[in-house]
Amino acid sequence: MSGAFTKSMARNIFYGGTIFFFLLFLALSFDTHSQLPKRDMRANITPQIAEGKKLWEVNNCIGCHTLMGEGAYFAPELGNVVVRYGDEGVKAFIKSRPKEGIPGRRSMPQFNFTDEQLDAIVAFLKHVNSINDANWPPNSQG
Amino acid sequence: MQFKSQAVAKPYFIAAIGLFVGQILFGLILGLQYVLGDFLFPAIPFNVARMVHTNLLIVWLLFGFMGGAYYMIPEESETELFSPKLALAMFWIFLVAGALTIVGYLAVPYATLAELTGNNILETMGREFLEQPLPTKLGIVVVALAFLFNITLTVLKGKKTSISIVLLLGLWGLAVFFLFSFYNPVNVVLDKFFWWWTVHLWVEGVWELILGSFLAFVLIKTTGVDREVIEKWLYVIVTLTLITGIIGTGHHYFWIGTPEYWQWWGSIFSALEPIPFFAMTVFAFNMVNRRRREHPNKAAVLWALGTGVMAFLGAGVWGFLHTLAPVNYYTHGTQITAAHGHMAFYGAYAMVNLMMISYAMPILRGRAANSNKSQVLEMWSFWLMTVAIVFITLFLTAAGILQVWLQRVSDAPLPFMVAQDKIALFYWMREWAGVAFLIGLIVYIASFFVGGDEKEAA
Repeated sequence: MSGAFTKSMARNIFYGGTIFFFLLFLALSFDTHSQLPKRDMRANITPQIAEGKKLWEVNNCIGCHTLMGEGAYFAPELGNVVVRYGDEGVKAFIKSRPKEGIPGRRSMPQFNFTDEQLDAIVAFLKHVNSINDANWPPNSQG
Repeated sequence: MQFKSQAVAKPYFIAAIGLFVGQILFGLILGLQYVLGDFLFPAIPFNVARMVHTNLLIVWLLFGFMGGAYYMIPEESETELFSPKLALAMFWIFLVAGALTIVGYLAVPYATLAELTGNNILETMGREFLEQPLPTKLGIVVVALAFLFNITLTVLKGKKTSISIVLLLGLWGLAVFFLFSFYNPVNVVLDKFFWWWTVHLWVEGVWELILGSFLAFVLIKTTGVDREVIEKWLYVIVTLTLITGIIGTGHHYFWIGTPEYWQWWGSIFSALEPIPFFAMTVFAFNMVNRRRREHPNKAAVLWALGTGVMAFLGAGVWGFLHTLAPVNYYTHGTQITAAHGHMAFYGAYAMVNLMMISYAMPILRGRAANSNKSQVLEMWSFWLMTVAIVFITLFLTAAGILQVWLQRVSDAPLPFMVAQDKIALFYWMREWAGVAFLIGLIVYIASFFVGGDEKEAA
């Protein structure tokens, strides 16, 4: 760097640039928030879906699975799992996990959910599937 | 060392290394679970081991950042730390809180832990990397505030250098953006949107300021290059970081329900994110080439050069690999992401902490640098760990490419688990590379216990 470009010039560009781009980020975020209601299906969120999200969280499902592609990569994507297996298929799968796992295979723990809890989880997963996420994932395998 | 109070950094560094070992051991468990699915099941399911692996990473990096700041700030400010006692008290609080959290993860089912720790009062748990129970999250805030108070007052009562200012901005940003971890709306799109304000604005934003200031500090000390030159570079690097990284958050807003224009903003700005890392590499090599002194601590210089290169490769190149929206459409949430994550975290944040420890620890132990024997061993550990992470990344990348092809691109897409079985060979190779990493880490620790003729304190 030549002598004409001084430290104080670099510092001013740092502050100016950071503030400008942070404000731009805030503006984009603000615009996103005005558009989200049409995409995130918030009007459909019921107490049951909220309960499903809570169950999703307190059992740390994201520690193995992805949801809309975010999470761990040990087990399948669940944002579209209702498309793959259907409501009843998802419930039957969760219910039938052997407590001690399957020898040699990756296994999902047996969580001993009640029927109401299973309904809530499926309601949450169906809600996620209804979100407009720009057509992701590419196919039903997730 | 120049100031007595710098000594508080020592326990922070020791704890950081200890937790690093734990992180790697759990990494090996995870790697094995990828191929032997029932390994340790149901005692330690994958999600629990992963939580321990990633949380230990975050906590040891934070220990490293705090230790580094406590070491560096008195020297930069040319004054004793505001309160060494507070720093020591916070060390124990953070260590005990961290240990209890890990024990909690391992001892009881996560749902029980949530129940016991007041998740019903404020639901914050069960989101990736932010799994900590509410008391731990509050503890992190308390420790961070006490730490910032201590560091900020030290800077205020002493000399205010550009390096200190950039570090303070990074540390304050770290604390401020962590607050978004307490916001967990029932609307999952909003939840994810603001989750990234902690996660992305940490690792691709404010943490890079901490990284830059640590690197600048060690380069000044080891090369003797004029501070004006180094600080000018530092400003240029952190400018490039934030003007690309802030809008670069958009690369996480492609497929989570946010508007499609983020595909443009995210792709363009995050395609520029390698530039600051490239600048960092050029910076480090340039300063070392223009050195005005031969510092006896060759190992610290090696880490300084290494962190630039590996951060550029891991965060820059491997980030760019899958950041353009049309590519990310296929790679999102696959082993490609895991590959990038491993090399980026190691290159940028593990290595910069190891650099700071490498530079500061000998001085804290009363010498300018370790003996040649010890340094040679440390350099061996540098190469073992670095080459191992390169192979971990390459194997995960291979696994990821195959996964994308089998599961998402081919004419007859396979179910997730079928595809996983077909790529198991690469998971095995990743695991062996992980074993090599552990050997490197053992060599690293051994280097602390090797004697020989130490270099006199400067």
